[in-house]
Amino acid sequence: MKFGVVQFPGSNCDYDTHYALKQVLKQDAVLLWHKEHDLKGVDCVVLPGGFSYGDYLRAGAIARFSPLMKEVKSFARNGGLVLGICNGFQVLLELGLLPGAMLRNKNLKFLCQHVHIRIENGATAFTRAGKEGRVLRIPIAHFEGNYYAPPQALADIEKKRQVVFRYCDPAGRVTEGANVNGSLHNIAGLMNRAGNVLGLMPHPERASEALLGSEDGRVIFESVIQGFAAPRRRGAKAARTGARHD
Amino acid sequence: MRVRILVSFKDSVLDPQGQTVKNALHTMGYSAIKDVRQGKVFEVELDRVTKKDAEALVAEIAHKVLANPIIEKYTWEFIKAPSGK
Repeated sequence: MKFGVVQFPGSNCDYDTHYALKQVLKQDAVLLWHKEHDLKGVDCVVLPGGFSYGDYLRAGAIARFSPLMKEVKSFARNGGLVLGICNGFQVLLELGLLPGAMLRNKNLKFLCQHVHIRIENGATAFTRAGKEGRVLRIPIAHFEGNYYAPPQALADIEKKRQVVFRYCDPAGRVTEGANVNGSLHNIAGLMNRAGNVLGLMPHPERASEALLGSEDGRVIFESVIQGFAAPRRRGAKAARTGARHD
Repeated sequence: MRVRILVSFKDSVLDPQGQTVKNALHTMGYSAIKDVRQGKVFEVELDRVTKKDAEALVAEIAHKVLANPIIEKYTWEFIKAPSGK
């Protein structure tokens, strides 16, 4: 499977993400410069963490106008898999591929620490290798991760089961104390309605090897890789039985 | 032609920076301060546009770029260019 990691000026997790995909998960991975117009035939676009354009104006607000983002938008509209990590999540919100916006953390501190998140929906392209309710220990590093959506939008997100990860305690309880940045409904990661675009604040690439203190982040990448291999099998089965397997 | 655009959080959105400033002012004894909201100011110089076109242009860039309409609102006004210009 071929991943493309987008580089903006100010991205700083681009090489970590590329390394995790290529060296740890043994997948094909290329770096995509934001000024380009070509996604180079990748199967999944990853928007990495960092501080694109210095977070000027708002986090992700300038990066969303990069030429490559037009391609990413139509790639996503056609069902292509897009994963936004931290700043990448912020870019996806500004781009309108995901609903809502990010505010400063409730305590106005840059938070750089390990957190626990719970898989809220185990039937997504990004969590199928995990199980609903599984608790992952993954680091965060952000100033603007305080997720906000207007009440009606938030209700829709919940109703459509778009929340993929919530901040929780080590036992998996979704508590106010575990909600480090003040996000509404402890939201740490969410997907679009079609389920092919995911944004999350924690950094799975920083939790991809035991040496880094946690391998829990791998499940997100492994889910994507598994899903890439699976549709052909499912497609073949569907063709035989005439059943639909979405 | 010069415009000043003021972007601030919608009233329904919590503004932790404004809250922190308010709390600091209270600590300093300014008890009459009831609330503080913090925002951003943009001063934009326009060229080769009529006043009418300027209005449409400012509304467009404020909505599309300067403010995030999900969390922010904006107001704007024409201002005098700084002296010497």
